[in-house]
Amino acid sequence: MRSNTDESAKVVRYTAAVFDAEEDLVSAASAARKSGFEIFDAYTPFPVHGLDRAVGLPPSRLTWIAFIAGAIGLVLGLTLQVWTSAYDWPLNVGGKPFNSFPLFIPVAFELTVLFSGLIAIGVLFARNRMWLFSKRRVFERVTDDRFVLVLKQSDASFDVEKAVSLFARHNAINVIEGDQFV
Amino acid sequence: MAVSVTQPEVLATAKPEAVADLLPSNGLHPVYSELRKPLILGNKSNADVTRDICQLLEPKPGLGWWISLSVSLVLLIIGVVATVHTVNTGIGTWGLNKTIGWAFDITNFVFWIGIGHAGTFISAILFLFNQKWRTSVNRSAEAMTLIAVMCAGLFPIIHMGRPWLFYWVLPYPNTRGTLWVNFRSPLLWDFFAISTYFTISAVFWYLGLVPDLATARDRTKSRLRRVLYRVMSLGWNGSNRTWSRYETVYAVLAALATPLVLSVHSIVSFDFATSLIPGWHSTIFPPYFVAGAVFSGFAMVMTLMILVRKLMHLEDYITPQHLENMCKVALLTGSIVGLAYITEIFIGLYSGNPNEIFVIINRGLGPYAWAYWIMFGCNALVSQLFWFKKLRTSIPAIFVLSILINVGMWFERFVIIVTSLHRDFLPSSWAMYTPTITEVGLLVGSFGLFFTAFLIFLRLFPVISINEVKGVLKYAKQH
Repeated sequence: MRSNTDESAKVVRYTAAVFDAEEDLVSAASAARKSGFEIFDAYTPFPVHGLDRAVGLPPSRLTWIAFIAGAIGLVLGLTLQVWTSAYDWPLNVGGKPFNSFPLFIPVAFELTVLFSGLIAIGVLFARNRMWLFSKRRVFERVTDDRFVLVLKQSDASFDVEKAVSLFARHNAINVIEGDQFV
Repeated sequence: MAVSVTQPEVLATAKPEAVADLLPSNGLHPVYSELRKPLILGNKSNADVTRDICQLLEPKPGLGWWISLSVSLVLLIIGVVATVHTVNTGIGTWGLNKTIGWAFDITNFVFWIGIGHAGTFISAILFLFNQKWRTSVNRSAEAMTLIAVMCAGLFPIIHMGRPWLFYWVLPYPNTRGTLWVNFRSPLLWDFFAISTYFTISAVFWYLGLVPDLATARDRTKSRLRRVLYRVMSLGWNGSNRTWSRYETVYAVLAALATPLVLSVHSIVSFDFATSLIPGWHSTIFPPYFVAGAVFSGFAMVMTLMILVRKLMHLEDYITPQHLENMCKVALLTGSIVGLAYITEIFIGLYSGNPNEIFVIINRGLGPYAWAYWIMFGCNALVSQLFWFKKLRTSIPAIFVLSILINVGMWFERFVIIVTSLHRDFLPSSWAMYTPTITEVGLLVGSFGLFFTAFLIFLRLFPVISINEVKGVLKYAKQH
């Protein structure tokens, strides 16, 4: 199942490790998952390959959104053209049939692309809560050259010592603990 | 420095201390494959990339930038004056006549749209083909696309004569009985194609920019810039969940932009190909136009990138290898264009249609033969020079050749449009076309707009995709 934690979870006690290299982050993430820790999220300056698998993130379903949006655009585009050209006010243009279906393909294609692209990006922004005045926690230097792995302290059984030693084994350069995660 | 790829076990176990002198500051093993040359020179760490690109935005712009901006603004003002004159007085200020109803402005329109195609080619098609070298040039190439499409869009709108009524091309319920637009017209398809192309290119470019704006936001010391970057970066914090969805949508947009960019110039070519004018009425137009568009666009990208890497000291990021790769694309597309020229000649002469035969002879030997041979020489012949590795790797040579191609591709559109129209079926209607100063002013103005907007882009946004370049730093390592 998909985790519902996401960025919406405001109060999470967490332990975070800061890494210098993406390989350390990936190996620490898969090791942490194997030892039963719950990974809240990871923060990286660029998309790190293999990290999705290491933290156990399923593939995004946004491709389906894009496909459905494109299909809606296609149907709307064809409907608009057939309805305006053949039903609402049929005009004889150069003797062509009112429903000149092949000639409606280019505009229908453009509308497919337009709907698919705009809705996919709109859903991406909505799902990630990205908007103009969005305020989210940014770990220091994570947009520069640091890689951060955040473990959620889900209950009292969370073993901080074990987490810290796991981080140390994977060359963490710093470990941060905190209460609020906004 | 090069370690053989045949001993991966040794590399994997090599202690960092053992190769400390080669070790970049982020602790990566500096092992180079013999097959893959590094895309980014100078053995950069992630922090180096952030610093190199962000510090271009930080200091006050230098004298060179101000001089360039002033020149561009002067050109832009010339364009504004020409536009005001055209709109105030009417299309009669142009050199058009009853025979030649399309000339300079449509040439400029097709020219600028074509320029735009290289940006999308680099950002979408090369992305789908997993060409990692695109990361150094895609940001500025996409910016070039956006600006070029803006320049292109102006020409048909000005040509409408009453540009304030341009929204009439939208199918909206109106007070004229709801008279709908004619969906059977390629000119209307053009409107849909170009507005979709602009919109998708803009969101694609912006999406790629968001993580870099966050990087700039976390670094800048200027208050104004921090506010701008904070708002525009939409709270980006590098979360892996966000990255995962981001990459999905980025791939979706690339997959959408690829057929889109092919459709745009195909539809532009339909403007001509669906007519009956000899020289226009041709089935090879869509692929011919698309190849020409990518060809001219790559020439413009090379011209701009050579200037940018020199003036902004980005030699480590935009390397001769990048330029060589672009030359190869130009060679391929230029050869397709050359093949199309020869095919046109052959099909025209072979057609048995006296009008088609006449158009071919008139192009090569008629009053506009000089334009035809500029076109043929600068496109079909100049592009063949890229077979020589010496020329592909010499930056001054590439610069000169890319400008020649730009000139040649402008003339290609001029030749297609004007030579086909000026002598068609009825000799009594034959005429000549000469542009007026107003039309030249509009062309000059579009270059002014292009360079003004590009210079502002260079100062405002990271010119190279920081996050994508970080992803390819290890391109040649550990394989």
